[in-house]
Amino acid sequence: MSAHLSYGRVNLNILREAARKDLREFLDKCAGSKAIVWDEYLTGPFGLIAQYSLLKEHEVEKMFTLKGGRLPTADVKNIIFFVRPKLELMDIIAENVISADKMHSPRDFHILFVPRRSMLCEQRLKEQGVLGSFINIDEYILDLIPYDSDLLSMESEGAFRECYLESDQTSLYHTAKGLMTLQALYGTIPQIFGKGECARHVANMMLRMKREFAGSQTQILPVFDSLLLLDRNIDLLTPLATQLTYEGLIDEVYGITNGYVKLPPEKFAAQKKQGEAGKDLPTEPKKMQLNSAEELYAEIRDKNFNGVGAALSKKAKIISAAFEERHNAKTVGEIKQFVSQLPHMQAARSSLANHTSIAELIKDITTSEAFFDNLTVEQEFMTGVDTDKVGDTRSYLHYIKLGHNIDSSCVFAHVIPQVNAYIEDCIAQRDPLIKILRLVSMQSVCNNGLKQKVFDYYRREILQTYGYEHMLTLNNLEKTGLLKPQTSTRNNYPTIRKTLKLWMEDANEQNPNDISYVYSGYAPLSIRLAQVLARPGWRSIEEVLKMLPGPHFEERQQLPAGLHKKRQQGENRTTLVFFLGGVTYAEIAALRFLSQMEDGGTEYIIATTKLINGTSWIKSLMDRPEAQTL
Amino acid sequence: MIRGKPDDDEYWNSSKFKAFTFDDEDDDFTRLKESKRAVNSILVEDEDEEDEVEKVNWSGEPVGSISWSVKETASNIRSTGEVRDLSFPKIDTAPSLPKNSSGYSLSSLFKGKAKTGSLQSFSESFSEQSLRNYAPELRKPKSEYKDYISDWTPEETVKRMQQGKAYSLEKFHFLQDKLLLLDEAVNAHDGNVITAVLIFLKKSLSKEILFRELIAREIALRHYIHYLKEMGEHKHLVELFKSLGRTEDMALMQYRDHLNIKDENRRRDFLKNCLSLPFSQEDATHVLDHYTLLERQIIIEANDKHVESSSQADIFKKYPRKASILNMPIITTLYYSCFYHYGESEGTYSSPANIRKTFRISDKQFLLTCLGARAKLKAWFDVDALFTTKNWLGYTKKRSPIGFHRIVDILHKNNAPVQVLQEYVNLVEDTEQKISLAQKYKCHDVIINTYRDLKDRQLLIGYREKVERSSPEYRKIEELLCNSQIRWKN
Repeated sequence: MSAHLSYGRVNLNILREAARKDLREFLDKCAGSKAIVWDEYLTGPFGLIAQYSLLKEHEVEKMFTLKGGRLPTADVKNIIFFVRPKLELMDIIAENVISADKMHSPRDFHILFVPRRSMLCEQRLKEQGVLGSFINIDEYILDLIPYDSDLLSMESEGAFRECYLESDQTSLYHTAKGLMTLQALYGTIPQIFGKGECARHVANMMLRMKREFAGSQTQILPVFDSLLLLDRNIDLLTPLATQLTYEGLIDEVYGITNGYVKLPPEKFAAQKKQGEAGKDLPTEPKKMQLNSAEELYAEIRDKNFNGVGAALSKKAKIISAAFEERHNAKTVGEIKQFVSQLPHMQAARSSLANHTSIAELIKDITTSEAFFDNLTVEQEFMTGVDTDKVGDTRSYLHYIKLGHNIDSSCVFAHVIPQVNAYIEDCIAQRDPLIKILRLVSMQSVCNNGLKQKVFDYYRREILQTYGYEHMLTLNNLEKTGLLKPQTSTRNNYPTIRKTLKLWMEDANEQNPNDISYVYSGYAPLSIRLAQVLARPGWRSIEEVLKMLPGPHFEERQQLPAGLHKKRQQGENRTTLVFFLGGVTYAEIAALRFLSQMEDGGTEYIIATTKLINGTSWIKSLMDRPEAQTL
Repeated sequence: MIRGKPDDDEYWNSSKFKAFTFDDEDDDFTRLKESKRAVNSILVEDEDEEDEVEKVNWSGEPVGSISWSVKETASNIRSTGEVRDLSFPKIDTAPSLPKNSSGYSLSSLFKGKAKTGSLQSFSESFSEQSLRNYAPELRKPKSEYKDYISDWTPEETVKRMQQGKAYSLEKFHFLQDKLLLLDEAVNAHDGNVITAVLIFLKKSLSKEILFRELIAREIALRHYIHYLKEMGEHKHLVELFKSLGRTEDMALMQYRDHLNIKDENRRRDFLKNCLSLPFSQEDATHVLDHYTLLERQIIIEANDKHVESSSQADIFKKYPRKASILNMPIITTLYYSCFYHYGESEGTYSSPANIRKTFRISDKQFLLTCLGARAKLKAWFDVDALFTTKNWLGYTKKRSPIGFHRIVDILHKNNAPVQVLQEYVNLVEDTEQKISLAQKYKCHDVIINTYRDLKDRQLLIGYREKVERSSPEYRKIEELLCNSQIRWKN
């Protein structure tokens, strides 16, 4: 289950093992048989750490989902609540405990807060009069969860909202704590770079914590050479764009949660139930785990979707040829050899079948006119082309070919941005609100705000079409800087775009030579910063860094004597890039691409508060996630 | 591995299952299809798959994963579980100490991290029993206990709080000390600690002083606001915002509460009360609109419900209402009005004209919404009227604030007949666009006439191949091609 974590540049399985050990210790603290009552949200992240079998070994006999009213009956000595520190969950727990008491069935209650215990929650339990019923109140520090061999996530959905909208820095504290844990396991990271307010905060906290734990220096040879902390709000543009890598598109279309995706079952049913068609067609979505443990997936997930078909067909040839080998197997020895390979071949075959089906599902969407139109408008914004004044984009759209003949130095570059006809059409057609918000925000971000008249126009159209209560959401977007009226005529985006080469002509989707392939032309700003930092260094882009919000900085941490790494000739540096406020799969793909570049010189491990895409991100900023629809 | 199935031998020896070949020049997606076919043609016994591949039950949860097990065990609750051992000793179950262990453990990595600590201030009162259960370290030897009453500096106190050790805030009597404590907590960036100190300050300081000091401390202030929000102390929060001069935030926060009110009359009254809040100018207009809208929706809903149930109007019988109009956006309400209340005089609340005027709906939006509703009802006459304008000489002309190609799309979506469609396709100005629309929606006449007007004989001949022989279109093309009056350009 976890072997794939060990194969990367940094063995992240150590972190997973440490987390498992903590879990076992807590369970042993509650002697005797137990039942776990789960805050449902946590089962996903915990699934990345442990299987049920581990819990079972420690006498966990029952597991329930936390809900109001009475606890289900279970003949166990201990009831343990695994919960996030949320007030509303405390009320449910109190209800559970009180009704259990009424049944006169004495059991030991425990709470395990994930990732931190909270004053407020304990106070609430006290108000409800149940605090005294708990034998153990503990916390399970699950800050950074190993997600894949090069990827760590805190799986904290609200982090961006908390940091940039509510100015609540608790998640930054958790980040710093998580990084301290990481350093305890993998050695002190000698260099810390950062850009943005939150990055500065995290670095400060880390340095302070290090001073406090000065006595407990771990004598471990540093695995990481440097840490790069990046605020999400220095690059608001990237998550708004539609990701065009295979994994990115799966996330955009179906949403990946805790490493799993739910897919419509139809495509998978046919192949599974070959020959017995029509027999109880599954109606539940098919759930699949996506990570590098699956060889084929590791190979194709970071490819531009336009290159996935070729890769799959190549793979099909190989597998098919392998199966054909059976004709050549003549001797008993040869047959035996073939048979021994069968399980592996069968796994490869079923993996290929699954991904062919997924690719077909995605293809139906990417080849639709709606997808194309949307992408074209996104690219107009990103390239700085602004074609429409009064006229109509759609006729224009039809002869722009995706990512090819848009010229960034095009004559349109300085036309004053106006109401975009495509967005207007989308509103009129009542397309999903989040789609509208993504596009409008993108227009705003690429133009350093919208002209007041345009801003007011969008606002009115959105409120009239989707409901006045979305005033709250629009205000939130404004506060985070995603959507704003223009205050000055100066727009830095074109300068940033040119200096950092954010738009690349003729991005090669099949055999990429630059990170811009992940968005078919647009190179994510955040990753360009990482790339420039590695070579030639940030000094070359001082001007641009000043245009982005927040300070940029460099700190050094002293290493204990004797732990200085002696680098071999040609050995790559290892950099941990931490995205505060979320990262997209396409950005991850771009970093992996840089890691694999032959003369790159740097390998990247990625950490984040949460894996996001434009939709989940905007959703986290809405005050009513379930928008009213007709 | 291979179990004896009758068709095994056949599978093994036959060459029915050939290696597939691909035309490399094919585009990726035809390849994709082929690879799928190929994959499916490699027949393998299903049972064998389980050896290597992770087990997944059909609903998709991997067998053995936590979320799967939650469902599994919950469904297996034995009814005998009711029989309970009543004799569990309650008081003596002190937590068993964690096993001493070597190797890594996250929490043991940091010195000074108390494993069974309590964040609760020890000066708060507990019942004897809960105290023992909850904060077992209070039963530690006397020598350690002495520590608690010694004079900690703010810095030490904050550190103890972070480490989950017992602490006391009560001894910080003077404002100066309290503020030092707060600053120290803020420096530690630990939200829990900051909140704990703020709760203490809230209890022990007057609002005026607390607010005044918070204004100078941005981070502490944010945590305080967050705390009040979490605890639902809205009155207190409103006072805070007032003293901060953040009146717009306060207004929005109060307005947000309407989301939690289900009953429409109470919601309306609540919104009415919101009108007096200090919103920004634009927001104030929107809130007023929101209130007015709900007020009208309540009236319309009551009226239409009555009309519908007493079957007074045909339209409701023919197209029964699917949902109530309450709390729908204004554009949806307008659509509803154009659907059920078209043609009512501007005087009634439910008439499209009244709604358009009251809510300042743009010409475009009005037209699109109206068009959608009337087309849905196949009221082509109304559709026609929407675009017809008369000039002062009495000639009629079709005009639209939106391109006619969009109109055509909308009409097509509502299954408009070709006769209706082609009238609007004809109004599209751009010739190329007109042709492509006409082709898309099979408006033969439009295409034929356009080619004729272009005097393009070749295109016309080409199009003849696409229509059915002996159809009226075919005949029309034939006639045109034979017409010697036309001077073809090719």
